[in-house]
Amino acid sequence: MVATAARKAGADRAASLRIGPLSKTFTLKTGPLRTETVQALGDIRLDVPGGSFVSIVGSSGCGKSTLLRIIAGLETSYDGSVTLDGRPIGGPGLDRGVIFQEHRLLPWLTVEQNIAFGLKTLPRAEVARRVREHLELVGLEGFAKAHPHQLSGGMAQRVAIARALVNQPRVLLLDEPFGALDALTRIQMQQEILRIWEAQRTTMILVTHDIDEAVFLGDEVVVMSSRPGTIRKRLPVGLPRPRDRSSPDFIALRKEIHREFFTASELPFAYEI
Amino acid sequence: MSAELASDARSAQRAGLRAGAKTGALRSRLGALAGVLPGVLGRAALYVALPVALLAAWQAAFALGYIRPILLPPPTRVGKAFVDLAASGDLFRHLGVSLLRVLEGFAIAALVGLPLGIGIGLSRTLDRLTDLIIQLTKPIPPIAWIPLAILWFGIGEAGKVYIIFLGAIFPILVNTIDGIRQTDHRHVELARVLEVTRRRFILQVVLPGALPNIMTGLRVGLMVAWICVVAAELIAASSGLGYLIMDARQMSQTDQVLVGMITIGAMGKLLDVVLRAAERRLITWKTTFSGS
Ligand SMILES: Nc1ncnc2c1ncn2[C@@H]1O[C@H](COP(=O)(O)OP(=O)(O)OP(=O)(O)O)[C@@H](O)[C@H]1O
Ligand SMILES: [Mg+2]
Repeated sequence: MVATAARKAGADRAASLRIGPLSKTFTLKTGPLRTETVQALGDIRLDVPGGSFVSIVGSSGCGKSTLLRIIAGLETSYDGSVTLDGRPIGGPGLDRGVIFQEHRLLPWLTVEQNIAFGLKTLPRAEVARRVREHLELVGLEGFAKAHPHQLSGGMAQRVAIARALVNQPRVLLLDEPFGALDALTRIQMQQEILRIWEAQRTTMILVTHDIDEAVFLGDEVVVMSSRPGTIRKRLPVGLPRPRDRSSPDFIALRKEIHREFFTASELPFAYEI
Repeated sequence: MSAELASDARSAQRAGLRAGAKTGALRSRLGALAGVLPGVLGRAALYVALPVALLAAWQAAFALGYIRPILLPPPTRVGKAFVDLAASGDLFRHLGVSLLRVLEGFAIAALVGLPLGIGIGLSRTLDRLTDLIIQLTKPIPPIAWIPLAILWFGIGEAGKVYIIFLGAIFPILVNTIDGIRQTDHRHVELARVLEVTRRRFILQVVLPGALPNIMTGLRVGLMVAWICVVAAELIAASSGLGYLIMDARQMSQTDQVLVGMITIGAMGKLLDVVLRAAERRLITWKTTFSGS
């Protein structure tokens, strides 16, 4: 129904992204006359085909957020090129949706007002229709009039997802969107994101600390190394969906990514970095 | 104190039980009331305990002959003066005059201060243009303006309203600017990502976020306005609570001086209660620490 219609609409709307060569240096003022530079990204090259799902993993401070912020258009000074369907990115735009680590809902607006906040000016009935449709999409029909402080963390993040999707972006950028959630809710949200992606076929770029999550969701897992942030490895995930987290292939892939961060002897029990 | 609370609780419960025994239908209702009542009574008792104790000590000091009534008349005498002034209508006439002046001065201060503060908060140019003037005039106590106000406006209403306006506008202005400047940068980023219009950004992000500060500014402004009206009336007026106090002092009626002072305090409290209630209705989304 809604899903298949949106899928048709989305299929040709998904945008492909071409990154690189891209580097980014921050200049910090450390004294009245002194500045220091931090190279956050060094020579990143990454092509993301339209409609695909890319997971990015990397240790803290390796520049994942910086990369997403550049794609989102929030960070406009960088060296190199980032193009969306061939057009260079020069600032934020509705063709890219962002889901931040914290939900960033406006506490004084209700759930439906928060979702409509991102919507460009439309006739009132159309706004109501789209808000309702997206509330359904994230399974929060009953909470249209609730305020953010009345929601659980997972529910708030689902509202944030609805808000990011309501303008039908062609790329969805997710910066550790479930990092603050408990393990059970996180798994539930991963399934939800997958369902939405399968329905809408938006291009997805997901930054995460959770290797399990990266493998479960991505068509490809990109491993980044730090200082400066570069791409160390790209691993295609050839497994059919829905993926079984306990299948030998899944576990093997998880181990392989893990070895990028830890030597064999220090492999911890839980695969999280 | 705790013994008092406990006995409150017990008597309330007894009352509830006795009444409940009469009619079966009322029983559960009254039972519930008896459960709530001790808490309410206890809190009310805690709220007034200190003032009541102070009044008792004051009265006792008089009864024991420690203080001369001309310097500090006892509560009973102040109470009598209050009843007399209220009965003659003088008290309410003066109160009404003062209140009207405050509301005029405060309303003008809000009408000027809110738009100006919002403008300055949003525009760096306007901020630069006005900052020095604001910083230089802010520390001048409104009372220091009284001589000029008398020169400019005479001792009519306008001069007093002007003093009140000066007292109230700075808290309103400064808090409004502060509130707008404290807009969460994460919300600013969100608005950029979603490309919301400037109008929507101001109406749905900046102003609601600044509202708690704006309400604080209004509350402080109203309090300062109330302080200013009395100060202005003490110096140049023929009506109002400040005049009532000054007039009573000249007649050595200390009890009436105290009635005037207590009325000022009570009215100030009442105004604050009204604005706080307005604040609670406006800002329902905020969950903050309210003491433990
Ligand atoms: N605004 C900034 N000014 C200066 N340096 C910055 C700024 N933002 C990020 N950096 C630096 O750039 C590097 C990469 O930061 P970034 O936030 O992209 O890391 P990250 O991979 O997202 O880390 P995490 O997983 O902890 O979120 C860090 O060394 C950080 O200190
Ligand atoms: Mg980050």
